[in-house]
Amino acid sequence: MGDIVSALVITVIALAALAALLGAMYWVVGRLPKKWREGARAWVFLFPSAVAVTIGLLVPAIRTIYLSLLDDNGNKFVGFENYVDVFTTTGTRLTVFNSLSWVLIGTIATVAVGLAMARFADGMRIESAAKSAIFLPGAISLVGTGLIWGFVYAGPPFDVGLLNAVTEGIPGLPDSWGGGGDRLWLLERGFGGVDPPDSAPGVNTFLLIVVFIWAQAGISTVIFSAAIKGVPDSLIEAAKVDGATDQQTFYRVTLPYIRSTIVTVATLTTVAGLKAFDIVAATTGGRFGTSTIANEFYVTRFVQGRSGVGATLAVLIFILVIPVMILNRRAQARAEEMMGG
Amino acid sequence: MSETTQMTATKPALVQGLRARRAKKRHEASLGRSAAATLSSKPGQILVYLLVFLWTIPTFGIFISSFRPEIDVKTSGWWNWFADPGLTLDNYRSVLSSGPGQDDLWTFFLNSVRITVPSVILSVGLGLMAAYALSWMKFRGRDWIFVGIVGLLMVPLQMALIPMLQLFSGSAHIGSVTIFPDLDLTGEVYGVWLAHTAFGLPLVVFILRNFVAALPRDIFEAARVDGAGHLTIFLRLVVPLSVPAVASVSIFQFMWIWNDYLIALIFAGRENAPIVRQLATLTGTRGQSYHLLTAAGMISMIVPVAVFFALQRYFVRGLLAGAVKG
Repeated sequence: MGDIVSALVITVIALAALAALLGAMYWVVGRLPKKWREGARAWVFLFPSAVAVTIGLLVPAIRTIYLSLLDDNGNKFVGFENYVDVFTTTGTRLTVFNSLSWVLIGTIATVAVGLAMARFADGMRIESAAKSAIFLPGAISLVGTGLIWGFVYAGPPFDVGLLNAVTEGIPGLPDSWGGGGDRLWLLERGFGGVDPPDSAPGVNTFLLIVVFIWAQAGISTVIFSAAIKGVPDSLIEAAKVDGATDQQTFYRVTLPYIRSTIVTVATLTTVAGLKAFDIVAATTGGRFGTSTIANEFYVTRFVQGRSGVGATLAVLIFILVIPVMILNRRAQARAEEMMGG
Repeated sequence: MSETTQMTATKPALVQGLRARRAKKRHEASLGRSAAATLSSKPGQILVYLLVFLWTIPTFGIFISSFRPEIDVKTSGWWNWFADPGLTLDNYRSVLSSGPGQDDLWTFFLNSVRITVPSVILSVGLGLMAAYALSWMKFRGRDWIFVGIVGLLMVPLQMALIPMLQLFSGSAHIGSVTIFPDLDLTGEVYGVWLAHTAFGLPLVVFILRNFVAALPRDIFEAARVDGAGHLTIFLRLVVPLSVPAVASVSIFQFMWIWNDYLIALIFAGRENAPIVRQLATLTGTRGQSYHLLTAAGMISMIVPVAVFFALQRYFVRGLLAGAVKG
């Protein structure tokens, strides 16, 4: 109980001190000559945020770019050597391919599930309950999500996994497909007797992507659902009058109408996929060939203490995010033009 | 450029959300089936049931498991519970009590509260102040600063982590002159507050500025005619009028910070670790305490799931607006 009280007191004191500081600053700039007063007052309002994003985001981001050009101890300038390293070392190259798989498969599947839910649940009696069910995983932490799926994929010694139970129940399924019911799903890269090359994603990576889709689909469903309900009834009715089937109406009227929303959701999922860390860290820790760029960044910098390559991996995420953002912007600009601003 | 990226990304989702609400009202008023509703076909409905089933089963499994006795959790799948039901609260009792070499989960739960609540207050409070300055106060470079803050939305968290940790753990020097004192914030809860505030602010400022800038000009002019200064206008007008936007943003921030793992892992010390981080630690040490993971997982979900069900409307609105978080 004492803990709670002292934490509460400290929090209140800290916040009050900040408020007092800002109040004092506001009072002081009020004494300034009239000419400067308005601008100075604005800066008092802006000051805390400006300081926070400058020292917490802007300066560190620039410094990370700089660190990526130094060696792992942060002493010697090595140019783009770290970048070459990332793409030529088998281990890091695998993480890049893994991340690209997360983005590609994760995005396509998340958009597909979201669209399917938004389209088919629309008007069903269980619509809101169904959407809540799909959305609920999105409210849970990704670590919790990883834990939940850890139980689905579980294998010996705790042979209580749902997936093993399902594959065991399929008669005649070979062992290499999990037919024995005792496969260690997250540890094995090969599947069906085929082993992927060292720098290609294994089947366990795809199982982690399933977790990602499971966590993301709710957001996609909610956004698509709002968009589909926004399609004017008159458009749908006009298509129907012209003799279009439900399917034709969906593909020819609804989908083109919500195009920019699809791009937004795809952007969102892509960025989330590039930053995938929690799920990997909470399930395999990036071992067994499942690491992603974001996980490798953490391991390289904060476990192995290698500053140069760590910073390079962070910059790599940034570089991959930029084109996605630009594509998104273009699509949105076009959509606005078509809808008359 | 970055400004328009963010703005246009959110606008359609928001606008379409609003349209949908209006459309729904119309739909309810006419008591007829909307044109869109007739799109649902039989196979489509089966697909919905199937997806709902797939999306519910994993969570349901761990829910059931958390009430099963240790030996059952370790030796048989949760579905066997239906044939051999056995309910116990032992798993919950174990994780919530401390034993030798094991901390009780309650401590970490409180750490989550200690981290989340001040971080939300700080980021939303400071963000609202900035939003007011950026929309209703006149000063040079205003638009550039807004573009700059919003442009930072594109910067992934990972870009800032390494130097920020260095900043917390050591001072900065040029030659022998200290230009920045040693903050010694490593592992402290204040460091986590600052990190969450800095990383959350661009989104908070972006959403709140758009809201505050859209407030009617007349009320500000009337207040100024009555002799109110900026501080009075901010506290008496902007704060109460912004409640809907502040609620959405706060809930979004709350969920994000409560569920965060990366920042907690790097900035919070072992004794300040929030529940999500502790859950990850437990997951890594499986073996003996395999059965306890179920209960620990359920406890870590209680708050976000409760918030989700109680404030779903605000959360979804915040989500639609915050869909661009970088």
